Amino acid sequence: MNRSTFLRSFITSTWLGWQIESNWADPFLFLVYSIVKPLAGAGIIIVMYGVISKGNFDTPLFTYIYIGNAFYQYVAMVMTGVSWAVIDDREHYKTLKYIYTAPVSVPWYLLGRGVSRFLIATFSVAVTIVFGVIFLHLPIQIQTIQWPLLIASILVGVIMLSLIGVLLAGITLLTVRQSFFIGDVVAGVFFLFCGVIFPIELLPPALQTIGRLLPVTYWIELVRRAMVGQIAEAFPTFSGITEARLFAILVGLTIIYGVISIIVWKVCDRSAREQGLIDWTSNY
Amino acid sequence: MILQPVKERLTGWRLFLMSVRGRSYPRIIGMQRDVTWLVFDVLMPIGTVAAYVLIYQAVGAPQDYIGFVVVGGAMTAYWLNVLWGMSSQLYWEKETGNLALYIIAPAPMMSILLGMAIGGIFSSSLRALGVILFCSWLFNVSYEVTSFGLLFLVFMLTMAALYGLGMMTSSIFLLLNREAWHLANLAQEPVYLASGFYFPIRSFPFWIAAGASLIPLTLGLDAMRQLVFPTGASLGFLSVQVEVLLLILLSIGFIWGAKLMLDYMERLARREGRLTDTRK
Repeated sequence: MNRSTFLRSFITSTWLGWQIESNWADPFLFLVYSIVKPLAGAGIIIVMYGVISKGNFDTPLFTYIYIGNAFYQYVAMVMTGVSWAVIDDREHYKTLKYIYTAPVSVPWYLLGRGVSRFLIATFSVAVTIVFGVIFLHLPIQIQTIQWPLLIASILVGVIMLSLIGVLLAGITLLTVRQSFFIGDVVAGVFFLFCGVIFPIELLPPALQTIGRLLPVTYWIELVRRAMVGQIAEAFPTFSGITEARLFAILVGLTIIYGVISIIVWKVCDRSAREQGLIDWTSNY
Repeated sequence: MILQPVKERLTGWRLFLMSVRGRSYPRIIGMQRDVTWLVFDVLMPIGTVAAYVLIYQAVGAPQDYIGFVVVGGAMTAYWLNVLWGMSSQLYWEKETGNLALYIIAPAPMMSILLGMAIGGIFSSSLRALGVILFCSWLFNVSYEVTSFGLLFLVFMLTMAALYGLGMMTSSIFLLLNREAWHLANLAQEPVYLASGFYFPIRSFPFWIAAGASLIPLTLGLDAMRQLVFPTGASLGFLSVQVEVLLLILLSIGFIWGAKLMLDYMERLARREGRLTDTRK
């Protein structure tokens, strides 16, 4: 298989994914969905925090929580975008078997299907952050954001999340259509362990270790430092570690998880072919 | 449990019950055939609930708020099931070709939806139970139930009203096409927010909370919290008796509305040829 096959699979499925996510829906509904959903997610955090703090949002902890929660949208959407494509094509459109028989690279095809979710997530994150700055007076200023660090972190983070999505897609090949999105459910686990909305020191030591082994933990920390450097560094989790070292850890873990994802995908893919599960329908 | 072939022609309520059983069967039995749902539907969702608990711990909230999150987090299972397993399910059935078979069959659509609901309640209850048991143990949540009878009544009324709402909205999804996913997605987080899944609904101004009470889980959650936590009554929106009364009205209204809407939408969908339309 030459390089153009990968690229062709990726580009075509990116286009297809965007058509499915956006163009097939009413534009107004799509816009409302892209704005209301992330703001409602942020609203839950705002009300929870506001109820206890009596509406005092001018604290470093709230900024920490809000930014973590805003960027966490990438985690669920990118992982779900890649892994849900298996169910969508296998059971909804019943096209997975045709994709397997076509001259395309299936993992690259799935990665392409996740791109549209990445674009929607980017819009949602931007809406959430702008809302926080305007209405909750978050101390984020455009001139103090470390743009190179932010862009590089998001880029590596999205690659990392996409590769985990491929791992989940492999598992999805062998499982029935679950009641819920597998990407969302696994993202819920990251929500707990990775210091998304609270410092991981609140977890028992054993669970903190799990958090330190997950790349999302470092990714969220880097994004926070790029957005509000001094506030993020004030929290003890990685206070003694520089941005460069955090970035190196993120890249290292991304490579490790990438290798694991490819291995898991290959094992699951082979098993699914052997068991005849490529055109499986499990609609309960 | 194995469904036996039908040997006699049934009509009336016996046909209705048989259809209910037939549609709930794959949901209940399907869970036994692939146990991966235990990981993805029961174990992993605990992570999200635990994370919300830890926010409250980070800001030093009273212990009862942690209990509020645990109960609310458990009840998300039912809302997700209504959204993805009831409302949008008819859209999914249309896309996969089953809907036409349901319409052709002599069984009433209400029985099909009730069967879906019963199967869905079964699986959602396992998830809810997993969240309640594990998180209560993990975060040392204590309950002081003032009336088990009333608690059971509130839960059953909430389920009746909630799944009645699910049956009613599923008829709307009969007409929808590919935007159905976005609509179901759109109703997820906003309802978590509006219904106070992770905080007392009383935190909202009265009229916003009153508006949110049209979603049965708002009143059901509030009443259940009042009945199981010592400070629940002081943080309650309305008295439990009033909430029970409103839940009865919502149950009747939604189930009756579901029947009317389903009949109307089915007629409309037949007339406009949308029952098998998967392209638009």
